[in-house]
Amino acid sequence: MLHTVNKSPFESSSLKTCLSLARSGSDVLLIEDGVYGALAGSAHASLVAEALEAVRVYALEPDLKARGLSGDRLIPGIEVVGYDGFVDLACTNDKIQNWL
Amino acid sequence: MSNAKKFMYINRHAPCGTVYAVEGLEVVLIGAAFEQDVCMAFVGDGVFQLKQDQDTADTGMKNFSPAYRALGDYEVNRLYVERESLEERGLTEDDLMPLTWEDEDDDWAEKPSIHIVDRAQLSDLIEEQDILLNF
Amino acid sequence: MKFSVMVNEGPYTHQASDSAYQFIRAALSAGHEIFRVFFYHDGVNNGTRLTTPPQDDRHIVNRWSELASEHDLDLVVCVAAAQRRGIVDPDEAKRNSKDGDNIAPGFRISGLGQLIEAGIESDRLLVFGD
Repeated sequence: MLHTVNKSPFESSSLKTCLSLARSGSDVLLIEDGVYGALAGSAHASLVAEALEAVRVYALEPDLKARGLSGDRLIPGIEVVGYDGFVDLACTNDKIQNWL
Repeated sequence: MSNAKKFMYINRHAPCGTVYAVEGLEVVLIGAAFEQDVCMAFVGDGVFQLKQDQDTADTGMKNFSPAYRALGDYEVNRLYVERESLEERGLTEDDLMPLTWEDEDDDWAEKPSIHIVDRAQLSDLIEEQDILLNF
Repeated sequence: MKFSVMVNEGPYTHQASDSAYQFIRAALSAGHEIFRVFFYHDGVNNGTRLTTPPQDDRHIVNRWSELASEHDLDLVVCVAAAQRRGIVDPDEAKRNSKDGDNIAPGFRISGLGQLIEAGIESDRLLVFGD
């Protein structure tokens, strides 16, 4: 199952809720302000680092770039994908939960 | 209904501050006519949608909370409320509207629509769905 | 793969319209089908042709109209949400005695059943919103 999160973890509980309900083996894609959840060294980084043991976490490159975040600032293990990768994730997973 | 899809409406917004809850409820009520397998989940601030005694009179806004009572008549009778979300907000099941439905296969017995589930159960329920819509 | 997309926020306020547009373009260029794009909540504001952004900014509404005509997309604006927010087509304008309509080319106004149908008919339904 593909989960998307589009809110900063600093203003919303979406990421926390998503990670607490996503089953092991799920794909979690951070988009829009959700990409702030991918930042290494942040107050929420340990939450994401822990989740990486059970789920795959991706961050959308155009949204990272738009916010001045480069790949070397991200929590190790997070994979960066473009919109083509987003489409692939939406195909390979048989259902999608957008945490709005 | 073998070819029916499983729809879950996940409600995560409080009822009055934004329009998501009321317009979400409209989707659920319209969607009920399509004879799909429908349930609702209330997570996070979404549990506040089911709070008893909502009275919007002094805000000038329409009170749509009575519409939740109609869900049973539309055969939307599985409303899953996450236990952890209630507890985090200092609420118990007694704070929620007593929503019921009539089971025609059981001599129209009145049964509760609200089911309190824990996070792990909700996670399993989400995984069973085909279509997930968030409001 | 057959996708449907739901857009729940207005243009220029929230990134949802841009994200949905970019996703749809990527899906189309990968050879997938878009069954329907459904606009709900403030997302209905994607469908007014009166939108006039400054010239150095993207024209979100025209961008939808152009994509719809290029790829024969079905852009559906929810009637109930649209009426509340003043998005009207010629029929709705007449029915409600309005002095004009504002629906953009390529969009049509219809009911919420179109969203449920999109969920039933598509392989995947993605939602972009707040």
